[in-house]
Amino acid sequence: MKDGYAIEMRDVVKRFGEVNAVDHVTMEIRNGEFFSMLGPSGCGKTTSLRMIAGFEYPTAGEILLNGTPIGTTPPFQRNVNTVFQSYALFPHMSVAENVAFGLEMKKVPRADITRRVDEALDMVRLSGYGERRPRQLSGGQQQRVALARALVNRPDVLLLDEPLGALDLKLRKEMQIELKRLQERVGITFIFVTHDQEEALTMSDRIAVMSEGKALQIGTPTEIYERPNCRFVADFIGESNFIRGRVSDLSAGSATISDGAGLTLRGQLVQPLTVGDEVYVSVRPEKARLSVQRPADPPANMFQVTVDRVSYIGSDTRIMVQLGQDRLFSVWEQNTRSTVDRDAYWQRGEQGYLWWPVENALVLKD
Amino acid sequence: MIEASSQSQARPATATRAAARTNWRTVLLGVHSALMYVFLYAPIVILVLFSFTTDSFGARLTGFTFSWYTKLLQDERLMGAAWNTLTVALVSTIISTIIGTLTALAMERYRFRGRTGMDALLYLPIVIPEIVMALALLAFFAFMFGIIQNITGSQLKMSLTTVIISHIAFSISFVVVVVRASLKGFDRRLEEAARDLGANEWQTFWRITFPLILPGIIGGALLAFTISLDDFIISFFTTGPGTSLLPIEVYAQVKRAVTPKINAISTVMLVISMTLVALSQFVQRQRR
Amino acid sequence: MTTDTAPISEARQQALSKAINRSERGRLFALLFPGLFWLSVFFAFPLFVILLYSFLTPGPTGNVIWKFTLGNYATLFTKDLYVNAYVRSLWIGVMTTVVCLLIGYPLALYIVQRSPRWRNVLLFLVLIPFWTNFLVRTYAWMIILANNGVINSLLQSIGMPRLTLLNTTGAVLVGLIYGELPFMVLPIYASIDRFDFTLLEAASDLGADRRRAFLRIMLPLTMPGVAAGSVLVFIPTVGQFVVSDLLGGAKVDMLGNLLQRLFTRSNPPNWPLGSAMALIFMLVLTIAIIFYFRTTTEEDR
Repeated sequence: MKDGYAIEMRDVVKRFGEVNAVDHVTMEIRNGEFFSMLGPSGCGKTTSLRMIAGFEYPTAGEILLNGTPIGTTPPFQRNVNTVFQSYALFPHMSVAENVAFGLEMKKVPRADITRRVDEALDMVRLSGYGERRPRQLSGGQQQRVALARALVNRPDVLLLDEPLGALDLKLRKEMQIELKRLQERVGITFIFVTHDQEEALTMSDRIAVMSEGKALQIGTPTEIYERPNCRFVADFIGESNFIRGRVSDLSAGSATISDGAGLTLRGQLVQPLTVGDEVYVSVRPEKARLSVQRPADPPANMFQVTVDRVSYIGSDTRIMVQLGQDRLFSVWEQNTRSTVDRDAYWQRGEQGYLWWPVENALVLKD
Repeated sequence: MIEASSQSQARPATATRAAARTNWRTVLLGVHSALMYVFLYAPIVILVLFSFTTDSFGARLTGFTFSWYTKLLQDERLMGAAWNTLTVALVSTIISTIIGTLTALAMERYRFRGRTGMDALLYLPIVIPEIVMALALLAFFAFMFGIIQNITGSQLKMSLTTVIISHIAFSISFVVVVVRASLKGFDRRLEEAARDLGANEWQTFWRITFPLILPGIIGGALLAFTISLDDFIISFFTTGPGTSLLPIEVYAQVKRAVTPKINAISTVMLVISMTLVALSQFVQRQRR
Repeated sequence: MTTDTAPISEARQQALSKAINRSERGRLFALLFPGLFWLSVFFAFPLFVILLYSFLTPGPTGNVIWKFTLGNYATLFTKDLYVNAYVRSLWIGVMTTVVCLLIGYPLALYIVQRSPRWRNVLLFLVLIPFWTNFLVRTYAWMIILANNGVINSLLQSIGMPRLTLLNTTGAVLVGLIYGELPFMVLPIYASIDRFDFTLLEAASDLGADRRRAFLRIMLPLTMPGVAAGSVLVFIPTVGQFVVSDLLGGAKVDMLGNLLQRLFTRSNPPNWPLGSAMALIFMLVLTIAIIFYFRTTTEEDR
């Protein structure tokens, strides 16, 4: 595996009319990395991908491939290949002809083409399907042909634009694992675009969370989930309780926040703040605890609450409690004991203590 | 008035009367439709039938003969006209298919100022009454020939060339409509995929775009060919003395009387048209 | 904003995209030019020529005198011969359209209600005459209707007197309806095919009888097809001259016949008058079509 960056985007802007589809994005993607761009539709992830592929040219800024600027190089001169969302398999060509297309364009000798096409089809477990037409294949098989067609060219970077979107859930899970395994085997840099957070967390080495044309946070799955740098990221990845308030006091690494209605909380800082800043305290539902008895050694955040609603979903129980006035807070308890005893679970209207340690609450800006 | 009838749901108690009424309506609709097909096909069947009769007035079935068809082959005037018609159809189809395909690509692939105007210019030949277009072309050629004679002194006349020019002028629009339809259904991502795999624009067009819209182009060409072959009105006004075309020849003879020989030539023209329809349907189906 | 890390400035980027635009424009021109040229010179310009002619003076030998006049238009609106031809043509056009609609709608409905396989076959059968030679199809009716034609031969053989069928307005109407029916059925079929038949169940559930369900629900929703079909039938009907010439003899003069005579057969030909007539004809049709689409789209809303 080579060192350094496969793709660098430097302050890239793409404007369509009045809208900045990509708004001053800077990111570095390492060689051999499985990198995901994650965000809701319209966040600029697909436009970024299309600029790397060469279907769009940046309005400003620069994109480098292996250290060389490729701003306005047409797609057919970039050693980058794409797996399209709809696969875009050529319907008038057989599977083998589809896979051979890129090699033919590069004027690879006939004999080599045949061998490499066979290898590529073998790699995606489609040996023997070469003579079929794309429409005679299932969705999952078409997906694998699209992969083979791109990988056979040995690109520096493989771009994948929501390639699993059209598959059903079970196949999707299988393909996630297969894609990851394939990437580890060929060692090519994968840039994967998706709006599905679970997909991104499962497969990626690093993730860029995008919204409204900006890359909000770039980091490993653990970093993104455990240390989101803003409210949007915490909200988009997984679930979280948000309590709005102002910073009333600061100490080393943590802050005290009051919501203006008598609630005072303490949470961990992820960025420097000053007293009076408007912030959100973010607490993941599985990182808070609910107990009948008052904890012996009361942590910084502890509140007396009433259970409002209980949903039993098998692996865990999701409890909504009333915290202060008119505020619902979600707590998840893992069902570690196997029992059908009604008393073992929380009931509506019960009183309890809600608490979490300081490090489980993050103080985030909007 | 006829109403939809297949949708009524059976309700056990009152079903019988409702069902009876429904059936009665369906039967009526079926009878009407059957009569319509008789109306559409009876004249064609009669025409074909009476091209084989021995009756020289061509209106009674007195016996069976092929002689009218052999007489067609001996009629040099008719054969010459047929040859002219075929030439016009072939040349105008080739030129209008090329021009029409280029225009369709421009209209579907580009946004430009004046595109709406071009759209109108393309649709007008289809909706305008054929006779108005024919007369306009007649006046235009006379007008231009007059100018040319004033300048160069040479006298030009209506000929097969003027017919071909006119046929191209109305065929282009039909080709454009058909080819545009096939471009509309075209997935542009296939072209992106080709470019992504290293094909330049020229290679992308010939390897991906062209093969995929070819059925549309062939469909457009067949339509242009059929229209040109069958056209009477525009040919009638834009052809010159001495250059006859098959529909004009048939028209001239028909005006005189009904004869089995015209029945025969008409039957031949019918068979050719129907073969072309079947062919174009086949091409369209291949596409799917 | 550009920074020193981005060597390609926004200005240079714009210059680049302008260069790309220029080559794109060249390509567009190459694609567009042949069609634009041909249609401008051999379609738009000829229409302009007859517009020009319509304001010129007809000469005594069929030539055109370059002297401006409005006399051609005046003649059209004052001489009974021409006014009558307009009225008759429009009348026959309306009759043909209405009859095609009344017999075509049920046929389209019937086809829609068949199973998919039958539907294709039945539709194809309607399509075939639509593709075959108009002249030949008209001629077929001559065989049937002529004085010694199929019907009269049959009548004679059972001892009945002959009937005059050819060269009547009725014959012209039959020929026109026969020729134009497919143009009515196809668009109506397309719009009924898109119609959601459960709407009729909903209407009857809400208390509408079949007649009212049809008039209030199905007809308005299939109106686009009816409108398209009517226009497709009406335009060629009013302008044709072959059917009226072959099946109507000289007795049923329509616009097309007069136009044809003014340009080629009358002695001397009168091109300026013919041009004026053709233009008025186009104008009337355009107005009729716009009016028709206005009313139907209002009903859609």
